[in-house]
Amino acid sequence: MKTKYWLLAIWILIVFALHQDVWNWTKTGPLLFGLLPPGLTYHLGYSVLAAITMALLVRFAWPAHLEDDDANDQQPPVKKP
Amino acid sequence: MIPSIVVFIYLAIILYVGMFAFRKSTGSKEDFFLASRSLGPWVFLLTVFGTNMTAFAILGSSGLAYQRGIGVYGLMASSSGLIIPLTIFLIGTRLWSLGKKHGYMTQVQYFRDRWECDGIGTLIFAVTALMMIPYIVIGMMGGGHTLDSLSDGWVPYWLGGAIVAIVVMLYVFFGGMRGVAWVNALQTVLFLCFGAIAFYLISRNLGGYDKIMAEIAADPKDSTLLSRARISPQEFFSYTFIPLSAMMFPHMAIMCLTAEKVTSFKRTVVWYPICILLIWLPSVYLGIVAAHQFPGLKLGESDDVILRLLSDNTDVIVAGILGAAIMACVMATDSQIMALSAMFSQDVFAHYGGAKKFGEKAQVWMGRAFVIVIAIVSYALALALEGQKSIFDLAIRFGFSGFAALAPVMLAALFWRRSNKWGALAAVLWVVFTMGLLWWLQLHSNGIAPKPGQPPVPIFAELGGLFLRTPMNVTIFGYMPVMFMCLGSAFWMVLVSLLTPAPSRATIEKFFPSSKPALFPSS
Repeated sequence: MKTKYWLLAIWILIVFALHQDVWNWTKTGPLLFGLLPPGLTYHLGYSVLAAITMALLVRFAWPAHLEDDDANDQQPPVKKP
Repeated sequence: MIPSIVVFIYLAIILYVGMFAFRKSTGSKEDFFLASRSLGPWVFLLTVFGTNMTAFAILGSSGLAYQRGIGVYGLMASSSGLIIPLTIFLIGTRLWSLGKKHGYMTQVQYFRDRWECDGIGTLIFAVTALMMIPYIVIGMMGGGHTLDSLSDGWVPYWLGGAIVAIVVMLYVFFGGMRGVAWVNALQTVLFLCFGAIAFYLISRNLGGYDKIMAEIAADPKDSTLLSRARISPQEFFSYTFIPLSAMMFPHMAIMCLTAEKVTSFKRTVVWYPICILLIWLPSVYLGIVAAHQFPGLKLGESDDVILRLLSDNTDVIVAGILGAAIMACVMATDSQIMALSAMFSQDVFAHYGGAKKFGEKAQVWMGRAFVIVIAIVSYALALALEGQKSIFDLAIRFGFSGFAALAPVMLAALFWRRSNKWGALAAVLWVVFTMGLLWWLQLHSNGIAPKPGQPPVPIFAELGGLFLRTPMNVTIFGYMPVMFMCLGSAFWMVLVSLLTPAPSRATIEKFFPSSKPALFPSS
């Protein structure tokens, strides 16, 4: 497997681990903008991080071979001479 | 009264959408069951998300946040924001490709070919169909209760359930998968738009969320709702296995076959976490606000706090429109009925000779007939067992764990060429056995279940902390059983596959052509 796939796999493991924010467990403040408790702010950011992670996967690990299959399926059959 | 009229207008609109989809239909089985594999990127994103956004996401999450605080967002939503799009990326795209290449319309068809065995496909069909039925019944019950609540009893439970059953049955019957997809896309847009408006109006009416949050933070009893103190670290960690269930739900797997191109998945994968954020964060937040507004509700009673906030703090028209959107989520039964219909038609009727004997049109009509049968049976169960709702709630909770524990079977089928039918059979039997054991443990320990806020209780004193009973669940050393179910399923899949003969060379070459990479492109 190429280096970039290993790096992406390690990145996903890091993001998965970051979900366990034990340091926020009992914190009730300060509230961000007077509205969001720390634990909720963190996981709001985590959702954005998940979206960025997915964008990285789509950009660098897209299964392009499935697109090739799709294109081949849509080509008209070659007529035999 | 007025909110229920708005809901009826909404139901009429989605019925029209279903009928309009019927006018676009070609009559083929691919068209009825898979919308001719023609959904573009935006409709596909909204449909896949709408399909997975059930009543639980809206009503259940706010009800649970009412009891357990903001940690519910991290527990259920943010982990789903990573795991579900990841499984769509890894599993959904491959299923789509296999479906297009080999003509598969359900995942059971794929399993039958991949494992070179009819029986394993039939077993997976039976297990998944059984796990789906409680969802459909709960959807009918939810429809009846929501209409009853929105109309202040003017539309009774039995009538509300009947109306929901008839509307869903009609647009699925006529519109097929295209009707389901369009209705799901519409409901997602509607909920995002009107949910934002209602969120703002509730805040304005209550004098601002900052004021409410300050009051909650200052109250020693309620302030724990702003932290994760009411959720244990073990539960928080092990719950991350639950989103693995997403791609094992038949309606989600079948929905993946409806994309026009594999590139349609790109937008879905990237935007899915943001969609979850937009729906779940306000729902959880409103659950906390409701705890301040309506204190003292017990488990189960808190499930309708969003409806209470709406009716107390918004204009009746807005309450009606958002009630319609909530109704739409409650009615996510459409894609589940569609999936069961497709599975019955393909995996039973066609597979056992019906298609050859009676032809493709009969297969489509058989699918339509099955839609009617499921709707009637589910409605009858919703009426007869109204008082047993907790049993269905329990079945759904177990269903999530069961579907999640089947994920190793799918991953092995797609990415491990050495995996075989014996490994798959062992994994499925493990899932069936553990679900049965948990069901028994849950019922066995109902009498000793602690009240919310109290510590877990050992179910068998001589086994120490092995099986613990919390107010709602059975845990294993404090962890959710789903974690052990998934790890056990993967273990049996690997061990039994390695101890038994590999699949035939023809099957391996069919699903893992030597010219194609199994997981990632080579360039």
